[in-house]
Amino acid sequence: MSDPVSASAIPDRTTPLVAVRDLSVSFVSRDETVRAVNGVSFDVMPGEALCIIGESGSGKTVTMRSLMRLLPKHRSVIEGGISVAGNDIQALDERRLSQLRGSLMAMIFQEPMTALDPVYTIGEQIAEVVRRHTHATRPAAMARALELLQLVKVPSPERRLKAYPHELSGGMRQRAMIAIALACQPALLLADEPTTALDATVQIQVLILLRKLQKEFGMALIFVTHDLSVAAQIADRVAVMYAGRMVEQGSVREVLLNPRHPYTIGMLSSTLHGRVRGQDIETIPGSPPDLRALPPGCSFAPRCSRAIESCSAAVPAPIVLSPGHDVRCIRTQDQPAPFSPASTLAVS
Amino acid sequence: MSLATATPDIIPATAAPRRRGYWRALWHKLRYDYVTLFFLTIIVLIFAAAIFAPLVAPFDPNKTSMVYRLKPIGYRHFFLGTDELGRDMLSRLIYGGRMSLMMGFVPVVIATCVGGFFGVVAGFTGGWVNMLIMRIMDVFYAFPSVLLAVAISGTLGGGVGNGLIALTLVFIPPLCRVAEAATTQIRTRDFVEAARASGASNLSIIFFHILRNIVAPVLVYASSLISVSILLASGLSFLGLGVEPPTADWGLMLSTLRQSIYVQPLICAMPGAAIFIASLSFNLVSDGLRQAMDVRA
Amino acid sequence: MSRAPRRKSTAPEWPKPVPPGDTRDRGGQAQPMLLVENLRKYFAIRGGLLNRKIGDVKAVDGITFAVFKGETLGIVGESGCGKSTLARLLMGLIPAEGGKIVFDGDPVGGPSGLTLRELRRNLQMVFQDSDSSLNPRLPIEESVAYGPRVQGATRDATKKTTQDLLQRVGLRPDLFGGRYPHELSGGQKQRVNIARALALNPRMLILDEAVSALDKSIEAQVLNLLRYLKRHFNLTYIFISHDLNVVQYIADRVMVMYLGEVVEIGPSESIYHQARHPYTRALLDSRLALDPADRVETAPLTGDPPNPIQPPSGCRFRTRCEFAEDMCATTAPALGESLDRASHRAACHMANPASGHKRAGQLPSVARPAAMMYSVEAS
Repeated sequence: MSDPVSASAIPDRTTPLVAVRDLSVSFVSRDETVRAVNGVSFDVMPGEALCIIGESGSGKTVTMRSLMRLLPKHRSVIEGGISVAGNDIQALDERRLSQLRGSLMAMIFQEPMTALDPVYTIGEQIAEVVRRHTHATRPAAMARALELLQLVKVPSPERRLKAYPHELSGGMRQRAMIAIALACQPALLLADEPTTALDATVQIQVLILLRKLQKEFGMALIFVTHDLSVAAQIADRVAVMYAGRMVEQGSVREVLLNPRHPYTIGMLSSTLHGRVRGQDIETIPGSPPDLRALPPGCSFAPRCSRAIESCSAAVPAPIVLSPGHDVRCIRTQDQPAPFSPASTLAVS
Repeated sequence: MSLATATPDIIPATAAPRRRGYWRALWHKLRYDYVTLFFLTIIVLIFAAAIFAPLVAPFDPNKTSMVYRLKPIGYRHFFLGTDELGRDMLSRLIYGGRMSLMMGFVPVVIATCVGGFFGVVAGFTGGWVNMLIMRIMDVFYAFPSVLLAVAISGTLGGGVGNGLIALTLVFIPPLCRVAEAATTQIRTRDFVEAARASGASNLSIIFFHILRNIVAPVLVYASSLISVSILLASGLSFLGLGVEPPTADWGLMLSTLRQSIYVQPLICAMPGAAIFIASLSFNLVSDGLRQAMDVRA
Repeated sequence: MSRAPRRKSTAPEWPKPVPPGDTRDRGGQAQPMLLVENLRKYFAIRGGLLNRKIGDVKAVDGITFAVFKGETLGIVGESGCGKSTLARLLMGLIPAEGGKIVFDGDPVGGPSGLTLRELRRNLQMVFQDSDSSLNPRLPIEESVAYGPRVQGATRDATKKTTQDLLQRVGLRPDLFGGRYPHELSGGQKQRVNIARALALNPRMLILDEAVSALDKSIEAQVLNLLRYLKRHFNLTYIFISHDLNVVQYIADRVMVMYLGEVVEIGPSESIYHQARHPYTRALLDSRLALDPADRVETAPLTGDPPNPIQPPSGCRFRTRCEFAEDMCATTAPALGESLDRASHRAACHMANPASGHKRAGQLPSVARPAAMMYSVEAS
């Protein structure tokens, strides 16, 4: 099952597998320009799990889709550099790109029902991906499909191989989706809220499975979610996005237990974990900015309780707090860490 | 404290999306759609010419002349030449537009009302009522529209009135289907449930919620049928079933001029060109409307 | 339309500050606001030749519970457990197969009971999908005004109601009133939905996954708003959600559903601290911690909920239950009949010391002890 592309292309473990530099994406139409991503830079090491956390409209999905070049060509303007295993994604021709999709990087989606083709069986769909990238024979591809279904712990896989997507439950479909993504052992797995549509008891199973497979295969994982507790479960590093910018980046422990950006702090304090009933939840007032008309400077400033005048002067540069933990807030140094994780995590 | 966090949701002014009504937004989109605007202008011109035909037309469209038969374009004061009976082509085209537009509009308007009514009833009621109405419509829908129109007006006999009836009957089934599909889709949305939960009667829900939401798709579809209706009416006249001579009508003119095609090919092509331009305009405008009406996109 | 003789039918008046002793109250504080007895809803499955009925989905299968005045009853369960069907049944949006609904002492339906119209003046619902629950072609103030208008309120009174309500849910009427739904964010749309439900001045609100589709920071805003409105309008809530953290925050009592049945019901503290049903236990254990050091290593349940068309015999949960024994397949455990506010009941043989189950009388073991236990104090 070795693949010519992924096997040769994976660099050693000290150079980043994914390097995104100053990525900007805007969607242009006749009467407006939506600036979905505004200058995002990050690295992902081989075998590392990065969680991109953000609310709807924060640009997290767009960032990830531009890694696969899945954005509509005519309407989107992409600037900046994206490199995956040394390939400049922007410059690749279509043929090479479709070679890389699936073998070097694969993607799983939020709603597997729409991502799976309803008229083919699960087995056929997995086998098709295998055959496209390895020139295996049909029976060999089917055997591989069975192997993959076993790998993702689908019960009675022989039977499921012949099942159509609508005959499977939500959790099973997501497992099948993961099986397809893993068909060619990609070096990078992109996951777009893959557990959001699932029930809690199923979500936990899929998360455990993903974590296990990621470690087993040494895959890098970019996992997009809006749920901080999902990030806590799966991430090595976390990047928090707001209005198309990464406002805070760091190891999962640093960001979730010692958050420094007011937005991250606000998100953590509005989670309901162990909240005392009958007391108000601290919320972030207002709603995210209109991406057609971003405020100048820090885009969180209009909702920020600690904003000062100079916040609106320029987009804050990243301030490195410790290696790998940086924050885009000019007031980070002005005051001590204002957030004690104990108040939200009064758990163990 | 509790009030402060609970109530205000003040959004910075810059973040507020521009407030625009439905029709304003529609116009805003249309304003930059030059193709639609261009063809809309043509339609307006055709309409104006048809309405004010007695004022615009230089001659009586039915005044024959043995002397000036089949004269070419620009011959003396005949701006577009004359036909096989020496009648002024420009005047006949203008008067013919009157008849053709009527044949285009009247059947579609009536069919929209009738078909829309049955469609909404079928879609909203569901069950066996839906089955009954839609299966009847399907029977008619199974015939090609040309065949159906010819068959109906052949049975009823020629004449403008019978032509109109035939065309109306042809257009009821497709409009009914569109209205039914749109209604069924809207009926299952939560806001209809919410309206019912607030004690609204079916009639009130239909008028307030259903109609508002199906007007756009039904109107757009109906406007695309106008060109079909003009073509069909021309076809009927061509076969001698719709408008009868000597009334000016584009289809009829095309039919009678075809014998002269070797003598004055340009003149013979003119009614055809008029039909082509009118139906193309209606088609493109309805297409533009459909795009513009999708305000939420 | 027949009306209960005692109830004067007038258009809802607004704004009306609700006094501490609500004048609309009829049976006193002790009488449940809503009493549901043995409610059932089966959806026929059709197929084969001539669309014959080939089976039933027992979406709601004999549910009995009470909602007390001024409380919030949380209903939790996974998708397909029948919680949304239950909400629609209570609103009378779909007909029930059988069972009884009593609103503040008045049975719904029947010759002397409340009509649906009267019930809906007192009971309103907020739908989950804020997108599809607003008419895209109506400005939001018209959406809010629609209810009072069809109930016969005057244009001026309705206008005042609408403006007041929009203000109360945090949307400035002058800024937002004329906007169309597509011009609002998800949170703002849900606020409009809440205002719309309140426009008839109801006594009780059913919130069907009302905050589930919202972003976390917006969810918190809406939850605060709901608490504020509840106090201000003296409301009783049924709060349906799949998110146990949210339910723990907002609900006084919790009802857990599984495949159309109630498996456990009781006061929040009791449920969250001493869950007696293994399913409730599993749901609680499925909550994820915010601490990256506290990762779940084994899933509390395996597999998905079974197909509701052919639910397992006996106890419906037994196929996924680690404590299942032979008796679970043969005898369905009973929930018990008590409708007391403080009673904590579970439909599990283990909860009944006399059932004969090997672990009868024990709590389902806690897979992940300290990590998920939060201290919760009653307000």
